[in-house]
Amino acid sequence: MSRIWVLLGERLALGVVTLIAISALIFLGVELLPGDLAQQILGQSATPETVEAFRRELGLDQPAVQRYFQWLAGALHGDFGNSLSNNRPISELLSARLGNTLFLASFAAAISIPLALTLGVLAALYRNSVFDRLCNVVALVCVSLPEFFVAYVLILFFSVRMALFPSLSNIDAAMPFGELLYRSFLPALTLVLVVVAHMMRMTRAAIINVLASPYIEMARLKGMGRLRVILFHALPNALAPIINVVALNLAYLVVGVVVVEVVFVYPGLGQLFVDAVSHRDVMVVQSVGLIFAAAYILLNLIADLLSIVSNPRILNGEG
Amino acid sequence: MTDQFDILKRSFLAGKMDRRGFMTGALALGATLSVASSAFAQAEQAVPKKGGTLRVGFLQGSTSDSFDPATYNNDFMFATNYAVFNHLTEFAPGGVIAPDLAESFAPEPGAKIWTFKLRKNVEFSDGRKLTSADVIASLGYHLGEDSKSAVKPVLSQIAEMKAPDDHTVVFELSTGNADFPYIFADYHLCIKQAVNGKIDPLSQIGTGGYTIESFEPGVRVRLKRRDNYWKEGRAHFDQVEITTISDTTARMNALMTGQVDFIDRPDLKTIHLLKRAPGLRVETVSGTLHYTMPMHVNTAPFDNVDVRMALKLAIDREELVEKVLKGYGSVGNDHPVSSSMPFFDPSIEQRAYDPDKAKFHLKQAGLSSLNVQLYTAEAAFEGAVDASILYAEQAKKANINIEVLRQPNDGYWSNVWLVKPFCCSYWGGRPTPDWMFSAGYSKDAEWNDTKWNNERFNKLLLEARAEVDQGKRAEMYSEMQRLCRDDGGALIPMFGQYVFALKDTVQHGQLSEMWNMDSLHFIERWWMA
Repeated sequence: MSRIWVLLGERLALGVVTLIAISALIFLGVELLPGDLAQQILGQSATPETVEAFRRELGLDQPAVQRYFQWLAGALHGDFGNSLSNNRPISELLSARLGNTLFLASFAAAISIPLALTLGVLAALYRNSVFDRLCNVVALVCVSLPEFFVAYVLILFFSVRMALFPSLSNIDAAMPFGELLYRSFLPALTLVLVVVAHMMRMTRAAIINVLASPYIEMARLKGMGRLRVILFHALPNALAPIINVVALNLAYLVVGVVVVEVVFVYPGLGQLFVDAVSHRDVMVVQSVGLIFAAAYILLNLIADLLSIVSNPRILNGEG
Repeated sequence: MTDQFDILKRSFLAGKMDRRGFMTGALALGATLSVASSAFAQAEQAVPKKGGTLRVGFLQGSTSDSFDPATYNNDFMFATNYAVFNHLTEFAPGGVIAPDLAESFAPEPGAKIWTFKLRKNVEFSDGRKLTSADVIASLGYHLGEDSKSAVKPVLSQIAEMKAPDDHTVVFELSTGNADFPYIFADYHLCIKQAVNGKIDPLSQIGTGGYTIESFEPGVRVRLKRRDNYWKEGRAHFDQVEITTISDTTARMNALMTGQVDFIDRPDLKTIHLLKRAPGLRVETVSGTLHYTMPMHVNTAPFDNVDVRMALKLAIDREELVEKVLKGYGSVGNDHPVSSSMPFFDPSIEQRAYDPDKAKFHLKQAGLSSLNVQLYTAEAAFEGAVDASILYAEQAKKANINIEVLRQPNDGYWSNVWLVKPFCCSYWGGRPTPDWMFSAGYSKDAEWNDTKWNNERFNKLLLEARAEVDQGKRAEMYSEMQRLCRDDGGALIPMFGQYVFALKDTVQHGQLSEMWNMDSLHFIERWWMA
């Protein structure tokens, strides 16, 4: 077991280094974009004089390297600073939106992961049957269509034609939980349709892969039922690749949903990120970027740990 | 009958007549019973009614929004600002300026010194009374060396402001300006509370008809009516909620499925779907918004007036309005004064597409053909790239080859506009010819995007500004419109219309045309039938 703690420590330390490297890259990226916050906000009505005054007020007249290290020093102390554009504390801006993003991601995950695993197992069980083919075709069609199109189709049927669900998911913190679920059902469903295919097909492939092993044949020869073979003998040994794909998709649910947010007017992190980039609000871009990067790193770390735990050979050092 | 009918309607609206009187009168005028009652229903709808919640879906609104009036830059903040704050003056229908916080304003002869008298019964939402110190501090915020405000260049004409007593403000201008009260209706110049001679720029305490219940930048704002609003006959909705719905399809869907009552900027390609939906209507307003292609008159080949004329004649404005604006606009005449502005001169001949005449002007310039580069981007205005390509095709008939260079949207206003000698741009417009010309056409204007320097024009601009005889001013502004049209560097092919869509239950009186949606005063002025 102690190997796991060492590994965890190593990976966390590496994660922090990765985050710092990412923050430097993001800062550089925003600096390379044409224009800065003062020019973007003043837009067409800017004059050289007012842009200069605005930059002085924001501290944008300081050299870029200096501004980066100032921000980094603050961030290491847990202080992300204030948004350049409206002077609100970034932690305040982030907390509500991060909550919303995580809520939508969990909602979509709570539907899509059990759905994908069940469908994957069933597809492996009835391999090459009509059911298997149908699952594959529907899943592939959903994943091939752009998200906004899936969203529009859902809106057309569920809110314009049948008036079952609202087309706007402009939730706020004061709403009761049931209302939250109701209002965010359509965006969650859109995300489910987008992520299910990947996880389902991976589950199916991993199980089928294991099914070719001699020990499965042995189990079959003992006269065990197909479902029991798959659930108790094949699935545990196919878990590692499935966990990795699930983690990847979970990370996507956190960081990649900006299009869905825009179509359903869902107040999540993605919209904040896009606004911050278009206004060159480098402070906010940095902070959101770090959250996204941290989500990827953490989820991958968890996936690796779970893969190890699910594989006694690696866990006990016999491999 | 119509005239008498109108009189009848007006006396009903003024409360001089009850329903029975109205119906009897209408029937006596020969209207059938059904016409009379539907006319009554119409007239009744035109009477503002208190109550209801207005839910609005807006294209704009960003997480970077704040209540700092120096950096307001989208409709979301403009409309919220007009609901929460008041200004010294406000835009009324017909291009007229009306008193708001100032109950009266008057110039000394020469229009160099202006005295504004403030209302005495105005309270901020925290109960404090409005005084002239608040006005001085609110305006002062936009002046001074450290100001980042977009209105700083406009306010620079104020040489001195004084407050002789609590309800009087006196302005001394560097030159006379007969249109001076207009500038105070600008959304940047909201009046906030002074604390030790300065305003807190982020303060949300105003004198307006609404207070802020909650504000989430880039998401929504919820407004609540104040019980003791000083302005009578305004602020009818109990509550107003503006949501940013930046995806146009989502915005139109929200209106059609009844989740909002009113949206701005519907997609013109699919607007027929909205018109077909029951209980909705689409409205248009022709204001001062116009699209331009400024040429730098100090750069070859645009320094030759014949070349400029050839380029102005080589564009088919009608086709541009029809194809780029989908008919929601009107042709421009190469000067920025719109038909809704005071001193617009309708007698100036409309310029039309004429490739042969364009060739003639090229010949005058000693050229048989012309090659120019036109910089463009969607940031300039929606459809600018299409407009540029269409123009390039039209100009070929006049032996003019326009190379269309598409630029990135990011940084367009800092890297292309005012920098490249021929590009696409737009102006939201200004309420008066003086302000419009001073902002973009006088020789020392901050945004003189054509680098035009016409001696006669610059002289007239100063003279007309200080002239108080309206007849003489009209003559001067007419001459300036002609100078701009024939000598200036701006190619102004079209004026855009503002388009918005709303439920039939949302009602309003005559619209002010300065900006979209009743000059963005809809929260205070409209009501729910």
